[in-house]
Amino acid sequence: MTRMCKLEAIIKPLKLHQVKDALEEAGYPSLTVTDVKGRGQQKGIVQQWRGKQYCVDLLPKTKIEIVLPEDKVEEVIKVIQSTAYTGEIGDGKIFVIPIETVVRIRTGERNGDAL
Amino acid sequence: MPIEEKEAKNGMLKNVQKIGKLLIVICMMFISLSSPALATTVEENAQAIEGLQTTLTFLWLLIASGLVFFMHAGFSLVETGLTRSKNTANILMKNFMTVVIGILVYWAVGWGIMYGADAAGLIGTNQFFLAGADNATWNSWFFQMVFAATGATIVSGAMAERTNFKAYLVYCILMVAVIYPIYGHWVWSGADMALLSGAESPIVKAIGVAHHDFAGSGVVHSIGGYSALAGVLLVGARIGKFKDGKAIPIPGHNLTIAFLGTLILALGWLGFNGGSTLNANDPYMNLVVVNTFLAGAVGAVTTMAITWMKTGKPDPSLTANGLLGGLVAVTAPCGSISNWGAIAIGIVAGIIIYAGVMFNENNLKLDDPVGAIAVHGYCGTWGLISVGLFSIGIGNGILADASYAAAVPGLFYGGGISLLLIQLVAVVTTMAWGFGLSFIIFKILDAVIGLRVSEEEEIMGLDISEHGIRAYPEYLMREE
Repeated sequence: MTRMCKLEAIIKPLKLHQVKDALEEAGYPSLTVTDVKGRGQQKGIVQQWRGKQYCVDLLPKTKIEIVLPEDKVEEVIKVIQSTAYTGEIGDGKIFVIPIETVVRIRTGERNGDAL
Repeated sequence: MPIEEKEAKNGMLKNVQKIGKLLIVICMMFISLSSPALATTVEENAQAIEGLQTTLTFLWLLIASGLVFFMHAGFSLVETGLTRSKNTANILMKNFMTVVIGILVYWAVGWGIMYGADAAGLIGTNQFFLAGADNATWNSWFFQMVFAATGATIVSGAMAERTNFKAYLVYCILMVAVIYPIYGHWVWSGADMALLSGAESPIVKAIGVAHHDFAGSGVVHSIGGYSALAGVLLVGARIGKFKDGKAIPIPGHNLTIAFLGTLILALGWLGFNGGSTLNANDPYMNLVVVNTFLAGAVGAVTTMAITWMKTGKPDPSLTANGLLGGLVAVTAPCGSISNWGAIAIGIVAGIIIYAGVMFNENNLKLDDPVGAIAVHGYCGTWGLISVGLFSIGIGNGILADASYAAAVPGLFYGGGISLLLIQLVAVVTTMAWGFGLSFIIFKILDAVIGLRVSEEEEIMGLDISEHGIRAYPEYLMREE
């Protein structure tokens, strides 16, 4: 039985469309997208209001979740990394997490068949 | 004679007959028009022209009133745009009720106190509920009414996001019934004794020249601005505005709305200043309009340049304030100065906006979310002072035929110090009256009703706590 993994990619919201299209082109159309807020080591960015600067310490980000067989993980990481890349601070991170079980609600299929 | 020729001759004959008839009719018309029974005399012509001019003035003042009325939409949008979304419904209600209350209270009380029969140069005493009004009075009332509620609206912006709605409504009534019209009486009533502008007033007699405030840098804006100062002082800063004595920015939720509101206000100034000629045939109406927009534009450019130099980025909401600052300042002098005078006044107003907003926040620790005190208070004061500096004087240069302008030249035009002096008297009076009386009223309101909402209500947002609905309710989930 192939093991399954979940990829959680936190990316810049403006990159979502590029990443989504690239994933579809590579044969991975299924995904879940969530608007999230967060920050990395640089602790937010500086903005300006009425001549005074202030720090926005939780930035809007987009989280993409994809569940797939373990042997496809590296390929999908490459797709996401190449399309979400700008080279600037705040490009985001990808987390890979093992998945125990997958169930398709409609048919009751399990694991590999349910993906 | 061939048939065709005969027909042609007949046709010619008919034409000749037609021309003959036409000549007779024309002759008859000449005779009838030149006969004494139907002649129009010079006096009748003059009367007809006068009637037409009166009608033009009525129409112009109605159009101008409409533009000033629309400024309340501008105030609403600027205030909502520069504040947080959780207080939007409350701010819309405050501004909306200000106009509504303004109409009713200025009809019942305000007009009578401002323009009723004078008592000792201090207050009007009749025409309450517009008793005895005629067509001209209704026309004037409508134009003056749309100005009256503006003072309260200015205060609303400065005290936004933490003021008790009920206390604000009571304050609004008192502003339109008492604070605004009494000071207005001193400047605009036209009474001989009128405290700051009447020929028989002891102050005017002592200084030798009447105070001039064309469209209300003092009457409307300074009074509103210094009343706002009293309110902001007493209601205190919003939670989170100051941390360890340092001002923390609280960004507004919609700059699109704030900028639309600013442009609506600028459009309204066409009626505010243009209409204040009070005469559609005023020979300087277009000078007034051009000066108004020159000062506003250069005010915006100046403030933008300062913020750009100070922070490295041109600041949108302060730049919008800069436009308003220029417009407020030129409101008093716009009919008395040259185009270059307007430019100079606008530049100083732009500087005052930046310096005033920073001074209020950093030094006085005042929380004025929309910059109302700097825009209306400080720039209103500058507008009054600038009359004493830049006035050309009636009868001089481009103001050869002026009737409604500052009477004498200002300091920069060789008129000496007297005009500046009476303008300074008015400046002190606006501060004392606007700040002093509003301070007392807010103190009483605080004791009787409570000026400020509770901490929980403020954090929750005044939309929910005061009105039970958010302006953008779809952002909240509802459980079925």
